[in-house]
Amino acid sequence: MPVSHAEEGYVTADGRQIGGTLMEMKNITLRFGGVVAIKDISFDIRDGEIRAIIGPNGAGKSSMLNVISGFYVPTEGDVYFKKVKRGPMKPYEVARLGIARTFQNIALFDGMSVLDNIMTGRLTMIKSGLLSQALWYGSAAREEYAHREKVERIIDFLEIQNIRKTPVGRLPYGLKKRVELARALAAEPKLLLLDEPMAGMNVEEKEDMSRFILDLNDEFGTTICLIEHDMGVVMDLSDRVVVMDYGRKIGDGTPDEVRNNQDVIDAYLGVAHD
Amino acid sequence: MLYREAGDFKTTYSDDSQTFPIRFDRMGYYVTLLIAFGVIPLVINDYWANAVFVPFLIYAIAALGLNILVGYAGQLSLGTGGFMAVGAYSVYKLMTAFPGMPVLIDVLLAGAITALVGVLFGLPSLRIKGFYLAVATLAAQFFLVWLFNKVPWFYNYSASGMITVPQGKMLGVYVTGAQTTASAKYLFCLIILVLLAVVARNLTRGTVGRKWMAIRDMDIAAEIIGVNPLTAKLSAFAVSSFFIGVAGALFFAVYLGAAEVTEAFSIQKSFLILFMVIIGGLGSIFGSFAGAAFLVLLPVLLKNVLVGQFGWPTDLAAHLELMIVGALIVGFLIAEPHGMAQLWRLAKEKLRLWPFPH
Amino acid sequence: MPEQLLYAMEVTVNGLMAGVMYSLVALGFVLIFKASGVFNYAQGVLALFAALTLVGLKNGQVPFAHVINAILGTDLHTFGWKLPALLAILLTAGVMVLLAVIIERLVLKHLVSQAPIILFMATIGLAYFLEGLGDVMWGADIKKLDVGLPQGISDSIERVTDRWFGYGFFIDNLDLVATLVAVALVASLTIFSQYSKQGRALRAVADDHQAALSVGISLRFIWVLVWSIAGFVALVAGIMWGTKSGVQFSLSLIALKALPVLMLGGFTSIPGAIVGGLIIGVGEKLFEFSVGPLVGGATENWFAYVLALIFLVFRPQGLFGEKIIERV
Repeated sequence: MPVSHAEEGYVTADGRQIGGTLMEMKNITLRFGGVVAIKDISFDIRDGEIRAIIGPNGAGKSSMLNVISGFYVPTEGDVYFKKVKRGPMKPYEVARLGIARTFQNIALFDGMSVLDNIMTGRLTMIKSGLLSQALWYGSAAREEYAHREKVERIIDFLEIQNIRKTPVGRLPYGLKKRVELARALAAEPKLLLLDEPMAGMNVEEKEDMSRFILDLNDEFGTTICLIEHDMGVVMDLSDRVVVMDYGRKIGDGTPDEVRNNQDVIDAYLGVAHD
Repeated sequence: MLYREAGDFKTTYSDDSQTFPIRFDRMGYYVTLLIAFGVIPLVINDYWANAVFVPFLIYAIAALGLNILVGYAGQLSLGTGGFMAVGAYSVYKLMTAFPGMPVLIDVLLAGAITALVGVLFGLPSLRIKGFYLAVATLAAQFFLVWLFNKVPWFYNYSASGMITVPQGKMLGVYVTGAQTTASAKYLFCLIILVLLAVVARNLTRGTVGRKWMAIRDMDIAAEIIGVNPLTAKLSAFAVSSFFIGVAGALFFAVYLGAAEVTEAFSIQKSFLILFMVIIGGLGSIFGSFAGAAFLVLLPVLLKNVLVGQFGWPTDLAAHLELMIVGALIVGFLIAEPHGMAQLWRLAKEKLRLWPFPH
Repeated sequence: MPEQLLYAMEVTVNGLMAGVMYSLVALGFVLIFKASGVFNYAQGVLALFAALTLVGLKNGQVPFAHVINAILGTDLHTFGWKLPALLAILLTAGVMVLLAVIIERLVLKHLVSQAPIILFMATIGLAYFLEGLGDVMWGADIKKLDVGLPQGISDSIERVTDRWFGYGFFIDNLDLVATLVAVALVASLTIFSQYSKQGRALRAVADDHQAALSVGISLRFIWVLVWSIAGFVALVAGIMWGTKSGVQFSLSLIALKALPVLMLGGFTSIPGAIVGGLIIGVGEKLFEFSVGPLVGGATENWFAYVLALIFLVFRPQGLFGEKIIERV
């Protein structure tokens, strides 16, 4: 199953049709003062695929994700989303393009309930104004209940019905990760970015999370880009993998190709299991 | 009838998101409204109106406003006194310029003017956060008070520098000026408070409220999921200042009747209302009422007991009040940062499960 | 030189002196903020409390005389002795240390790891409590404080400047003393924090709480220490301001003046507190001198804040503060 760079995409081993390029990173370089976090990296993310970025600690994975999500503006290089060059944007404008994400150190709103947290994922779609909401009359209430229905489906999908009204601050780690995923899903993103979705989880929680990721890619066709430390999980989940080390790209391809790449073995696999 | 939600199944989302999901609470709410509108106006006299009820209603409006900004949107402001002054001087200028207008319109317009001023002073919140912002709002406090004190146009060039409210009517009844009855003052403030409380509740349970709380809990994450911090913060400043402006307008026009800005709207007022919000409960509508009631009643109580019963000097009672309020603030922040509202919630939680707590 | 310019120079010099006073209070803020991350609104009230205690001890006042009289119907006022100024100052310093210990035990210990804004509001509560306590202990009447510091216009400066410029500068002796004291205080604090063991521990805590704990520094000891120092700085500020304008409630309002100084200088920088204090002191005096008459005067009430506000919008970390980098 060679990776095709043709515009029409490719077909995966399990028979899913992957579309054309959704996002393209061209010669991205990111510097903080004198420190080079990312050096001249190019890769693409295709419609409907699960794309992983892996690498040892300090390889620049998180910085890369922050560039994709628009939180960092690259020092050099261009980002194309749906073939359109993306200039410097505010983070909330990126969200409106249809890019949602989760965070490595969970970034939920601790003072709000699970339901409210997930409802924030739909903020970009609300149309009713301040006055209408102040009176809770007409479109405001209608809209609220319509979005609530969508959110309830996500709650069902992720199996968190029983904690709907619980304040997020009281939840255990694994559930928080799930709520965060729910919030990102609520935005019905074109591209979903997951920052170490399995970090700090036990085996059972990891299995649950892998299942959710595969299901949502399968059922909703969501394109997913994830960075992850756990090699095993990544290789099972993803269609294509970018490998980074010291801010450079040292490998890019299917899990099998990457596994057999000598640079990758030297830089990462050799040290990962010592 | 037990305090229960079991058996009271919600079948629609609108049922599920109503203000009082438990039937017993709903009943309590209607009974409270009935007493507030049906009983108190009939029996109220000048002492109770001036010492307790009117200040409580007005402070509750201000506390609601500040709670929206501090408790929901997480932007600490110490400029409340200054914003109340904007409301007071706006209503004064409006009432003297357009004598025939219904007072309610003047009051709402005063709120709108304050909202504009609030947005103006809220602009720095886009760059600075936390107590930097708190200190920056002090700039509003001191500048506004100075402005109203030094520019004679605001007090219509009166010799004393004070503003005195003209007589004003609402539906043919005096609500400001010397001829106003206790029950008219009370009802006028009550109606405005109830309306604004409903607005506050609606805003905080929907999209706008979620934006505010998202900014409060983690501003960077909020921005990444699509909240525009500019509109979220400025709308909080606008709504909050509207409430506080209305409170300031009523405080001057209905409660005081005549006011001098450096006395009526000093920084002490900013702190008083902040304390109401902290003691009552940050991020709680009910808490704003509880905090206002508590800090209106405490001095009345201390005065009646210490001065009236034991014959202590008045200033000693006032100093003790400072100590009690200060200790309570520290105590609440340590033990229960969500204030009386949270204590109430916990009590209800117990009650809901009683007598089988497990 | 033209009269106007000379007058402006005199205003500037007076502004510098006032600025030194602001710096003195701001210093207390910076110390506490650096070591514990607490933005201590009560710093001004600490100064008031220190000054009240000093006067009370010096004049042999009976503490809580008001309350005792009200409850027991007695008529207590003083013990009938007077303490020498130096002894009273030492005793007051002791009281301030005791207060630091009590504050650590009753308040700070329970607020560790709370959001900064909660801590800030707690210190507002603390300020109210201490203000009430000071009044209940010592009475709220305006008191004169005289510990033997020189006061009044300095004759020698007036004479010298008159000879040089043909215009005698009016400068208060007390302001000169305050300047010297402030310089001495800053110098000794710097030496303390650079070279003493406790000073190093203090800087370690300021840098990183967790790391400091892991090398065996007691956070609680550091907090007591730093609040004691802040109490001592408050005492010095209280003596200066109390001597100048009497010991009364308005003394606690100097805290409000110190806040814009901090915003300007940055909350974590001692040099920032000093430079910020001088800028505000000179700025507000010159502004009042030049613009004040056109707008009705009393611009000192807000000038510092508006200046700090405008400044902050363009440089949120202050003059000397560390730049804040946001991460997710």
